[in-house]
Amino acid sequence: MNLTEHASILIIVIPLIASFINIFLIFLKRTLCYPFFLLVLGICVILSIDILSTVISFGTLRYKLGGWTPPWGIEYVVDHLNAYLIVIVSSISFIIAIYSKDSIKKEIAKAKLPYFYSTYLLLTTGLLGITITGDIFNLYVFLEIASLSAYALIAIGEKRSVLASFNYIIMGTIGACFYLLGVGYIYIITGSLNISDLTRLLPSLYESKVTLTALAFFVVGIAIKIALFPLHRWLPDSYTFAPSAVSAFASATVTKVGIYVLIRISFTLFEPRFLTEITPLSNMLIWWSTIAIFFGSIIAIGQRDFKRTLSYILIAEIGYMVLGVSLGNKEGFIGAVLHILNDAVMIACLFMIAGGIFYRVGSRNLEDFTGLNKNMPITMSAFILAALSMIGIPPTAGFFSKWYLILGAIEAKYLISAATVVFSSLVNALIFFRIFEKIYFTKKEVIPQYTFRELPLSMMIPIIITALAILIIGFYSGEIISSIIKFTVPAGF
Amino acid sequence: MEIIIGKYNYWIYISLMMIGFYAMIAKKNLVKKIVGMNIFQTAIILFFISTAYKKDATIPILVKSQEVINPAQYINPLPHVLMLTAIVVMVSTFGVALAIIMMLYKQYKTLDEDEIIEILKKKK
Amino acid sequence: METIISSKPLLAIIISLIAAFLIAITGEKARNLRETWTILAAFIKFGIVVSMLPDIINGKVIEYNLFKITPELLFHFKVDALGIFFSITAAFLWIITSFYSIGYMRRLNESAQTRYFAYFAISLSATIGIAFSANMFTAFVFYEILTLSTFPLVAHKETEEAKKGARKYLTYLLGTSIAFQLTAIVITYNISGNLNFSPDGVLNKNAAPFLVTITFLLYIAGITKAAIMPLHSWLPAAMVAPTPVSALLHAVAVVKTGVFMILRVVFYIFGIDLLKSLDLGTVLTVIASFTIIAASVIALRQDNLKLRLAYSTVSQLSYIVLGAALLTPSGIKGSIIHIGAHAFGKITLFFTAGAIYVATRKTKISELDGIGKKMPLTMASFTIGALSMIGIPPFAGVISKWYLSLGALEANQLFVLVILTLSTILNACYFMPIVYAAFMKKPKYDDNFKEYSGGGIHEAPMFVVIPHLITAILTVLIFLYPSFFLEIIRVILANIMGG
Repeated sequence: MNLTEHASILIIVIPLIASFINIFLIFLKRTLCYPFFLLVLGICVILSIDILSTVISFGTLRYKLGGWTPPWGIEYVVDHLNAYLIVIVSSISFIIAIYSKDSIKKEIAKAKLPYFYSTYLLLTTGLLGITITGDIFNLYVFLEIASLSAYALIAIGEKRSVLASFNYIIMGTIGACFYLLGVGYIYIITGSLNISDLTRLLPSLYESKVTLTALAFFVVGIAIKIALFPLHRWLPDSYTFAPSAVSAFASATVTKVGIYVLIRISFTLFEPRFLTEITPLSNMLIWWSTIAIFFGSIIAIGQRDFKRTLSYILIAEIGYMVLGVSLGNKEGFIGAVLHILNDAVMIACLFMIAGGIFYRVGSRNLEDFTGLNKNMPITMSAFILAALSMIGIPPTAGFFSKWYLILGAIEAKYLISAATVVFSSLVNALIFFRIFEKIYFTKKEVIPQYTFRELPLSMMIPIIITALAILIIGFYSGEIISSIIKFTVPAGF
Repeated sequence: MEIIIGKYNYWIYISLMMIGFYAMIAKKNLVKKIVGMNIFQTAIILFFISTAYKKDATIPILVKSQEVINPAQYINPLPHVLMLTAIVVMVSTFGVALAIIMMLYKQYKTLDEDEIIEILKKKK
Repeated sequence: METIISSKPLLAIIISLIAAFLIAITGEKARNLRETWTILAAFIKFGIVVSMLPDIINGKVIEYNLFKITPELLFHFKVDALGIFFSITAAFLWIITSFYSIGYMRRLNESAQTRYFAYFAISLSATIGIAFSANMFTAFVFYEILTLSTFPLVAHKETEEAKKGARKYLTYLLGTSIAFQLTAIVITYNISGNLNFSPDGVLNKNAAPFLVTITFLLYIAGITKAAIMPLHSWLPAAMVAPTPVSALLHAVAVVKTGVFMILRVVFYIFGIDLLKSLDLGTVLTVIASFTIIAASVIALRQDNLKLRLAYSTVSQLSYIVLGAALLTPSGIKGSIIHIGAHAFGKITLFFTAGAIYVATRKTKISELDGIGKKMPLTMASFTIGALSMIGIPPFAGVISKWYLSLGALEANQLFVLVILTLSTILNACYFMPIVYAAFMKKPKYDDNFKEYSGGGIHEAPMFVVIPHLITAILTVLIFLYPSFFLEIIRVILANIMGG
């Protein structure tokens, strides 16, 4: 069997089946669960890299599920954008899987660990499915697989996470249902569910009100799923109270995959001109995301809880990506796609560090961070790197996506949006330097005398990997743009 | 658009959806909230199924011997299939939501949202 | 213009990064070894920088392309005459400051000395990086690194006051650079499609005048390191740092980086022609003139010696900006000479302020009565530094003031002459009373005086005294033999003015 040929289906099927096998492993041998879990995710990473390299050298991959020819059968389509997302999702899930080994043990009962691994695999399946499928209804199914496992994963956190998860269910279901309604309207008007088929069918129907309704449902549905301010209410609570590994994984991937769906709907399903010329959507989204950036940053200043601060920063970052997507020019789009990668790495790193501090200190309150550099010098160095990238100091990765975003905003003559991006960088600087000051410049007398040392290796390594990745991605962002992102830019920009 | 349908099915689905939506947002009891959620989802199922309907058409089961297939004779099977999947998704969502409600009840001994928030405030 | 490809610029930058790493791993336990790294790196860095000098004087340019991130954003180093001039000044003064730091820090038994020396080395890397940057992007990267690496130095004492100062320092420098400078860079890129420093300016000559004006003002507001009013107050706030930091960084490296960037922006991003046609030079002249006078007036009222020196720095930095803003050959000449003249003069003053603190723990001017008799060497250096600042021969400051005045005449801006005269008087007003009090007044003995000095006051340790003697002597030597400076400036002028 040719591996490469089937890679795009295997990457979905393997974690899906593995998540069930994992439960049966409990009866066989409990200690096997974790290595198996890690192995499966490792295979996913290898497959994803294989897919990416195939796409880079041979162009778009198409896989007909069950041999049915599209548009009747479900088709998996992998172009540069999918392949890029798949690599991000699978690598992040693998890295955080390593991290979860020690981190999760402290947060949930030992007996429940295998179920955690299974649900985690299911979440990975859902996210990979969303990115790989070329069928809008299939996408809905994967969206719900991902969401359901995310609800469950969040609910196993500390006490208050259960209520947070419940609110997430309510909001998430509304979002998914809106998306499904959009699918319904699209199906009524075209009779097709295949994205490439729809790309061909839809342009003649742009004037129809049904198309507009579908688009409206899609956008609002996705906006809820990605927590675009003011539809963000579920996010801060969920990511604050969830187990550290889950916060890191979900924050880095779930929202990014949502952005991917937005890009697919806006620029593959429809043409760019539909958003910019026929409907005022792109204009509306630009203002919407600008507001999201502004308020996300503002609210983040007032938080005392580290994970909650990060959650609000994440909400602002989501605004960045939506802004870049909706600007409707090449620079903005490159900025948004590059920021998907950068933000995934940065936010994963920061949430892992938050988890690491919680693991040692037992607190997420910023007040308790005093003098941590004495005990955890390496973790804190990684923290500085990730925070500088969040602020957007060159040569860290965060600078380059911001550069393109600002350039795009100026190109599109949205100076207020450009100014807001700059403003939010400043706010990030304020937030992080306040924390640095707590950590590094506190008089010895006030520092609590902790006896612990650095984090266990299984938590250190993922943090170091992501922190270094921030630098490496920064230096190679030109390379990434010219070999991958350049091809994702929709025609007509 | 060959299928011509009356508009009444849309009105029914929208009113059902709004009833569900109201329950999700306004009801304080958590179980009522997810019942509302279920009504919301059912409305969408109704919407999909009703779009498949054709006048004077029958269920899409093919008799092998028949050689020429006239699509107008059969209602569209695809929305049914889609909804079968969607129902599975919805049932699982309902299941997860119920499980979470159970956890909440164990923690707070109540299912009223206001009371839970009250308890949380006291803890602080 | 001949171009040489060489990795020397990169080496000059990296050498102190390596030193920082070695310092960090050596740590407090082997402090002599740790200090050896600093000294070694300082000498090697100076050697590398000087070795590039002959080629530059012959009109060649050394380039090195380090890394291409995107086609537009690339790490590119280019050593030209202006860059080499600035880097030699900074690298040379690092050697002297290193010795001074060792004496100062050990004598005062400061905590976290490893952190101190490591970040000091990193900030020197960034300074040289800015001097050798070939485009605005590279310069911006190093500009930010410089801000970040000096932040721990300002907050070094870890007291509430130090933290407050550091916070202000960071807010001003990082805040404005992201808010204004980055925006200006993006607009520049948007207008002209590249960010390279080029002698006739990179901005499109046909760009909308309004946009050019806005960009120019954004640059001036964004390069806060030049401490142009009203964005100057980070500099006095940074005086909470240990004196060697104030001496090298806040009299030479950091602030000179600011004016250096302004020179780059004025001559190499906008170009003289564009600025002349829009009359933006006059705008900058007025801003700089205001800063010169206002800062001097504030300096008069400071009792803390370091604060007075800081305001004097704010005022003197604007001389450099003023010279550039005149856009005439003599003005530019004066401006560039003043980078060197002020560096040597002001570092002498700060060294002496530190020496006084080491010997007596005194920071206030009103407590310095009669100290000249106890610490004659220190106060002699102080006097030389002060006279140079005022602009009295035979000290370096007079050369730059001479050319600045010539430049004002060339540009036909007579009010600048008035400003220069007024400022000279003000300088005299705030420096001479210190000298007078130190030598002529009777010492007021109090308990503190005795406590730190074991009965009587005497000179600070050799490590602290010799550096300021050296810089003081150099201030005289620059006046006597300015040909080295003038030679480099000839090359710079040929470059900017187009032959």
